[in-house]
Amino acid sequence: MRIGVLAIQGDFAAHGRVLERLGVRWCEVRYPEQLEELSGLIIPGGESTTMLKFLFDEGFIEPLKQYARRGALLGTCAGAILLAREVTNPPQPSLNLVDIAVKRNAYGRQVDSFIDTTMSPALGPPPLEMVFIRAPIITGVGSGVEVLAEHRGHPVLVQQGSHVIATFHPELTSDTRVHELFLALADRRSE
Amino acid sequence: MSEDTYRVKVGLAEMLKGGVIMDVTNAEQARIAEDAGAVAVMALERVPADIRAQGGVARMASPKKIREIMDAVSIPVMAKVRIGHFVEAQVLEALGVDFIDESEVLTPADEEHHIDKHQFKVPFVCGARDLGEALRRIGEGAAMIRTKGEAGSGNIVEAVRHLRSVMGAIRRLTVLPKEELMAESKRLGAPYELVRWVAEHGKLPVPNFAAGGIATPADAALCMQLGAESVFVGSGIFKSEDPAARARAIVKATTHYNDPKIILEASEELGEAMPGLDVSKLAKEELLQTRGW
Repeated sequence: MRIGVLAIQGDFAAHGRVLERLGVRWCEVRYPEQLEELSGLIIPGGESTTMLKFLFDEGFIEPLKQYARRGALLGTCAGAILLAREVTNPPQPSLNLVDIAVKRNAYGRQVDSFIDTTMSPALGPPPLEMVFIRAPIITGVGSGVEVLAEHRGHPVLVQQGSHVIATFHPELTSDTRVHELFLALADRRSE
Repeated sequence: MSEDTYRVKVGLAEMLKGGVIMDVTNAEQARIAEDAGAVAVMALERVPADIRAQGGVARMASPKKIREIMDAVSIPVMAKVRIGHFVEAQVLEALGVDFIDESEVLTPADEEHHIDKHQFKVPFVCGARDLGEALRRIGEGAAMIRTKGEAGSGNIVEAVRHLRSVMGAIRRLTVLPKEELMAESKRLGAPYELVRWVAEHGKLPVPNFAAGGIATPADAALCMQLGAESVFVGSGIFKSEDPAARARAIVKATTHYNDPKIILEASEELGEAMPGLDVSKLAKEELLQTRGW
């Protein structure tokens, strides 16, 4: 099983540290051809506008769509925005790989960023700690999307097939359950 | 100030890693920066090269100007306050900027004390020339450190000096025996707990970015290869011949900082860079980097 973290910019190293804690080898992904060898790809937090521009300019869009048909994906915060079907505030193109609509910077600016906990029925106890930084809100989910955790009435952790989306940053906490879920999906895909 | 707030502040700094933060003086420049792939913009009245040329007291930008820039882009907006001017910082927090730069580029308001940054919900970035200065700022609550370099000079030499100084001192700490850390903390003028943390982890407890004199894609990649985690570009973009192209090129070189072929591509057909200054020929009182204590 080979795991990659998209390393255009953002907190890719924080994801790497979680993977290392779980004993998983990983690589930084900066070229589309690297996707061919992966069974799991993480799109980290960062600035979605910056990453989107890079993905278009460097010919990543089609290879990513092809990759998504066979490999596992974990998108956190900016990653959630890139993988969504529809993006608002302001509208921007997205990969349409997970059937969700998201609103960018939906809690406000940085002074409105926060940390909170929620119980995820899917993950079980203890409660999940969630770091929201200029986070998006999921405003709509398609019928094939399973909601794994909610916060203030909005889905914050969802899954569609082998693709997992978190609007918060599991990579900035010591709770590794979201990554473990993703790794289990990637493992199944690598068989 | 709770531990959660500090984590959220450093968290935003983490999100800006591997990116380029660009100085802009109006909404149009902010949009050019965002379109070029900037991870954030720094809202200013004048870029450092103009502050240097025009002289006078340089203060926080007008709230109207900053708001205009905040309305123009969806990426984080930073703004500068004078060293020690905590009321300018209160104003920027009330305005809702995403990051405050307590900056030597503006005229200092206090020649002994920096702002107590723990009192704020908005994160701060501060400049540093060496590890002691970096750890003093982190002790005061900074969520990100950048080298000072020599702002507005278009000359990378000072940023390189400061990066090497910080990175070298970090490496040195990791090999010192524990009993020498207290004396080292005294020598650095840095809080002992932070000195111990750095000795154990081999890095700063907050992201470490480069700034001051970056003018070309190769300058940006040089800082990244020396250990910076992102770059600030001040006058280097909007004082060059073709700002949009240069902005895109610096973004590309920062992501691919270890790939000379791509840095070469990014360096071609760029037009003239900003004119540079020989920092060694500047009079002492013209240096911005010596501001800060």
